[in-house]
Amino acid sequence: MSDALHTTFHGIGVSAGTAVGPLVVVTPPPTAPADEAPTTDAPAAVELVRGVLADVAAGLEARAATASDHAKPILEAGAMMARDPGLAMGVETQLQAGKGPTNAITAAVEEYCVMFESLGGYMAERVTDLRDVRDRAVARLLGKPEPGVPTLSVPSILAAHDLAPAETATLTAETCLGIVTEAGGPTSHTAILAAQLGIPAVVQAIGIMAVPAGVTVAIDGGVGEITINPTDEETALLEERKKRRAAALAGGTGKGATKDGYPVALLANIGTADDARKAAEQPVEGVGLFRTEFLFLDRDTMPTVEEQTATYTEVFKAFGDRRVVVRTLDAGADKPLKFADLGPEENPALGRRGIRLGRIRTDVLDAQLEALAAAYKATGADVRVMAPMIATQAEAIWFAQRVRALGLPKVGVMIEVPAAAIRSRGILYNVDFASIGTNDLQQYTMAADRMQGELAELLNPWEPALLDVIAVACDGGAAMGKPIGVCGEAGGDPALALVLAGLGVSSLSMAPGKVPAVRTSLGLHTLTQCQQMAAAARAAGDATEAKQAVLEMADPVLLDLL
Amino acid sequence: MATRQVSIASSVGLHARPASLFVQAVTASGLPVKIAKEGGSPVDAKSILMVMALGAKCGETVTLTAEGDGADAVLDSLVELLSRDLDAE
Repeated sequence: MSDALHTTFHGIGVSAGTAVGPLVVVTPPPTAPADEAPTTDAPAAVELVRGVLADVAAGLEARAATASDHAKPILEAGAMMARDPGLAMGVETQLQAGKGPTNAITAAVEEYCVMFESLGGYMAERVTDLRDVRDRAVARLLGKPEPGVPTLSVPSILAAHDLAPAETATLTAETCLGIVTEAGGPTSHTAILAAQLGIPAVVQAIGIMAVPAGVTVAIDGGVGEITINPTDEETALLEERKKRRAAALAGGTGKGATKDGYPVALLANIGTADDARKAAEQPVEGVGLFRTEFLFLDRDTMPTVEEQTATYTEVFKAFGDRRVVVRTLDAGADKPLKFADLGPEENPALGRRGIRLGRIRTDVLDAQLEALAAAYKATGADVRVMAPMIATQAEAIWFAQRVRALGLPKVGVMIEVPAAAIRSRGILYNVDFASIGTNDLQQYTMAADRMQGELAELLNPWEPALLDVIAVACDGGAAMGKPIGVCGEAGGDPALALVLAGLGVSSLSMAPGKVPAVRTSLGLHTLTQCQQMAAAARAAGDATEAKQAVLEMADPVLLDLL
Repeated sequence: MATRQVSIASSVGLHARPASLFVQAVTASGLPVKIAKEGGSPVDAKSILMVMALGAKCGETVTLTAEGDGADAVLDSLVELLSRDLDAE
């Protein structure tokens, strides 16, 4: 390889760890060319497109045969679409009308998509499958490789503009050594998935798509560094870091605490009963955030109290006497429910979501609380129920009364709205605990949409303004003698975790894969050091300076954990 | 040609899982089965896209037709399938 190609650049590290391997580029989908020659020989064109659709189906079926249980149905659904006689008929009509093959398939697919989108719910989701089949067929017709994540025959590093949920369904840590994307942010789907799977990942890596496939790339998902064609020396250094990291992580599976014994509970974020079973096997002190949305999304009718009770019981049982903090349904215009849709909103993040929806659809909230109470009675578990999107004391009182009336032992609130952070004292007077959702708290503090990758700079969790808001919330907690935890992505950062502990946070909840690094980091520093770091971070001019200041004060071993 | 009429029993209509189960049963029968809504033109019941595009709701009547050996038995079993609330099962 030529020296000209040897470069190093930076993105945002979102999943710690290092990796070296060949680059596999996720091809963007092609579009049907506008200047495509019209079809003159319709029977021949029909034959051609049918053949291509059969090839697409066969390709998806072959991948489904070796895919994981999770990915299999997604791939099979795609194959079923590609083999669908209704699609073939639609394409045939378009070809007979004179459209060229790629435009014919695009038009036929769009016809179904328009129809399905208008039907909503389950049908609207099939639109993604259909468009995926279209992209694959158009690529084949143009003689290009199929778009999306190719089969990784050797362990590789994946580069993409961004990854859709369906595209990440087939990834495993065995074949996917690392992920680098040009778009996305620290709280994007890619970042969260990579952290869950323990795959090192860097987002906002502008320029990665210009690197040719097959080139060797080294990435450091902690600091966000990417090296193209690394020298032997650089690879050796990275390998050395990997070993030191493994050594640093090898210590301990006990409870989280600072070097001088100040306890900081280390908890898992979970979203399903399956997550609960897996997380319960890990050395975590319980669940700090059980997102219950999975029971409600993608359904035409509300899950019954019995069905909910069965799921909650399963989750509580998995954790025995360890705590399980349950967040009640957090839905709204951004995560609409078919059976409780209040209609589209101009600003869904600022609209009737979380507890605001719960106060309108009390039937949905009450059914969930009833199920939680039944599961609590059946298991006697350490259940703590909290509401999302609390902004006022009145909302907290309203929620707490409903929870306590059912005999549930502990009630809390999420602090995601700056108003709740600023007025945490009054809110905590009425509840037993609070948990800070740093992702939403940051989006609302900075007035920056967390899904907008281009605003990533405003969404850096080291932002001193965010730390100030967290500090104010913690002051209220200390005054009331009530515990405050953190359950956003920030809590899983081994350096930021020190700052949070210094601010007075008493529990950190994160993807279970992040717990060991945070545990080691806490054990290397005293509470006084954490408090000094928190003060230094808050005194910094911006996020970069804040992180820099903390890293300079930290034990050198911490650098290996990033 | 065998013909049957049946009212859709699934609470979500002939969508999603019920549609998928129906199409799988038709495909497994190996017979050319068509399905139509009242007043609509019949479509290939082997096509999940066309079956879902029918938009048959709970309580709506559909007409099934089939030709070939065992057409009556196949339609009887499909009628039985559509008469159940497949989404609840």
